Amino acid sequence: MDRLQQDNLFPHRHLLGIADLSASEIGFLLDVSDSYIDVNRGPNKKQTKLRGQTVINLFFENSTRTRTSFELAGKRLSADVINMSVATSSIKKGETMVDTSMTLNAMHPDVLVVRHPDSGAVKLLSEKINGAVINAGDGSHEHPTQALLDALTVRRRRGRIQGLIVAICGDVLHSRVARSNIHLLNKMGAQVRLVAPPTLLPTNVERLGVEVFHDMRTGLMDCDIVMMLRLQTERMRGTFVPSTREYFHFFGLDSDKLAVAKPDALVMHPGPMNRGVEIDSVLADDITHSAILDQVEFGVAVRMACLDVLTNNLRADATGMVS
Amino acid sequence: MNSVRPSAQGQRIALLNARLLDPSSKLDQPGALLIENRQIADFGPGLFNEGTAEDVMVVDCAGHCLIPGLVDIRAHLREPGAEHKENLSTASKAAAAGGITSVVCMPNTDPVIDQIALIEFIARRARETSAVKVYPAAAITKNLHGKELTEIGLLLEAGAVAFSDADRAVADSLVMRRALAYAHTFDALIMQHPEDPTLSTGVMNDGEMATRLGLMGIPNIAETIIVERDIRLMELTGARYHVSHLSTKETVDVVRSAKARGLPITAAVAAHHFALNENAVADYRTFAKVSPPLRAEPDRVAMVSGLADDAIDVIVSDHAPHDQDSKRVPFAQAANGIVGLETMFPLALEIYHNGEIGLLELLAKMTVNPAKLVGLDAGEIKIGAAADLVMFDLNAPWQIKIDKLRSKSRNAPYDGRPVQGRVLKTWINGRIAFDIDIED
Repeated sequence: MDRLQQDNLFPHRHLLGIADLSASEIGFLLDVSDSYIDVNRGPNKKQTKLRGQTVINLFFENSTRTRTSFELAGKRLSADVINMSVATSSIKKGETMVDTSMTLNAMHPDVLVVRHPDSGAVKLLSEKINGAVINAGDGSHEHPTQALLDALTVRRRRGRIQGLIVAICGDVLHSRVARSNIHLLNKMGAQVRLVAPPTLLPTNVERLGVEVFHDMRTGLMDCDIVMMLRLQTERMRGTFVPSTREYFHFFGLDSDKLAVAKPDALVMHPGPMNRGVEIDSVLADDITHSAILDQVEFGVAVRMACLDVLTNNLRADATGMVS
Repeated sequence: MNSVRPSAQGQRIALLNARLLDPSSKLDQPGALLIENRQIADFGPGLFNEGTAEDVMVVDCAGHCLIPGLVDIRAHLREPGAEHKENLSTASKAAAAGGITSVVCMPNTDPVIDQIALIEFIARRARETSAVKVYPAAAITKNLHGKELTEIGLLLEAGAVAFSDADRAVADSLVMRRALAYAHTFDALIMQHPEDPTLSTGVMNDGEMATRLGLMGIPNIAETIIVERDIRLMELTGARYHVSHLSTKETVDVVRSAKARGLPITAAVAAHHFALNENAVADYRTFAKVSPPLRAEPDRVAMVSGLADDAIDVIVSDHAPHDQDSKRVPFAQAANGIVGLETMFPLALEIYHNGEIGLLELLAKMTVNPAKLVGLDAGEIKIGAAADLVMFDLNAPWQIKIDKLRSKSRNAPYDGRPVQGRVLKTWINGRIAFDIDIED
């Protein structure tokens, strides 16, 4: 692809959030991701696009699947990938996050993939970095690659995003996945609903362009897509729901509640699932509805696409083609 | 240091050609003022019509405003314990440059100002290092823990001018009841930080902005609920009570209606709460993180109208210096606070220039009102009063530059903000404490 043309299609140095992107930029990332799905399914998964480049996965918060997905994406593009779990190293020695990022920046990484438990932390860090920064989740703010892989899953399974009714259910309050998805789905023309008890919804969330429901059976009515969220007990201070048993009874997804949605409704979950808390175990494994393994598969493709596009921009930047 | 010789005992200084403004006597007329023995010896329109004597030093005010030095009853001066953020000397330079001649410092130091020795320490350090007058507020509860009362009577005798748990509310209703009842015996002033701690676990104003940023919000009711409860406790105990700084429209309404019922309630607002709204924290700007948080635009507007109709009595700086390391961190981890000693006055003048309030009415909120509230003989132009005076150009336009601030810390979200009205000279006890011709 011609670089200058690509620069025009995605003129960003970092990927910090979906809120900063336009529909066409999102569409472009999804198109590039699509091409990587074929690569990942083929016999030779190794591409050479990032040969000689360094990707650092900098995780200030524990993660297995996202980190692995980014690691695999980098390696399949031939980058040198280094994983750093900072939660267990220098921060405990008193080094600040800004110091850590400046130290890493001095080693000239091309891409930093960063996860942090605080909202806004990845943006703060990006201000000290010369390379590209990908937000792999910051607090309750954004998780852009998750929203992109969700969108890719929907687009491949339904052929479109425009006009679909999507219900995002559960712990919206603590969820960066929900926020990124709300932004993305709205930009791509879907109709977004939120279904959750009031204690798990952020204030004035309807101003983000969503319809709010407190009852699963009305919220899921005629839905095309049901996105379940993990109950994030680790972020909770105090009681938001009385018990997981009560939560599952009213807000957990089972086949009864799903019956009011469209017959071919797709069930998604960003993982890791709490089986029997937000989703019924049998339903999670039901391949006619569940797109959960597609999400995992497409996640690698989306992350390859993001690494590809952002490093392309960096190279163009170095040759003076992007200001 | 100064080219102007400090006024020694007995030296006389004539301030000529001034616009004399005194909120307590509603004075606003051209005239002159004589400083003698570090006090205001005389003032008025006819003074020096016949010329001045040889031995009198003459300062031409060139028609600029001459007002009583400002009184700021809420500032965090960080000494003792956090001198890397601020000390009494650096704070006093900032205060004098901001037209403030008397400062009440908050007790959230290390150690906490909750015993007589600390009151005496502040008094001594202020005497030795501070250009402006510093008066300590003592803690309401020991170590600010909200459980056991401090020695309110003894602290008052030692020189505490008011009682406050600084940036923490006295949340326990029983403790607050006893604090008010006991303080009432001595007519001591209880100043409450109005924020229910269980409802204010967030880090910014609750609402759409917090939702978009993925930050936990602090709802308006966290403030209102405490003030409403405290009003009931005032009625029970008969004590007077001061809201140390309010931020929400609802709280202004509650204070206004309590005043209408005749209760001895007073309230202050920090300059940032009428100068800024929550948009200032967009992009996670930690310099705009403050407690209580910057609120929505209707709340900001309510601060201005509360000042205009006297629901709010006092303007404070809520000066809260923090070093880079306390602010250059993710938003949720960042310390609360904005430096304000130098910016309170120009920000307050915006309200006057916008036509929301009269000049004397505005000045009263930074002079006589706060002075009376904490029992200081300050904030007035009267014969025999200490010559704490400020000369300022009401209309001079300028831009706030945070790298020019005199405070040891520069955590202010006002960089580049255009303002109108500038302090030219500040006198404390008849001595020049700030002179723009020398310092800028």
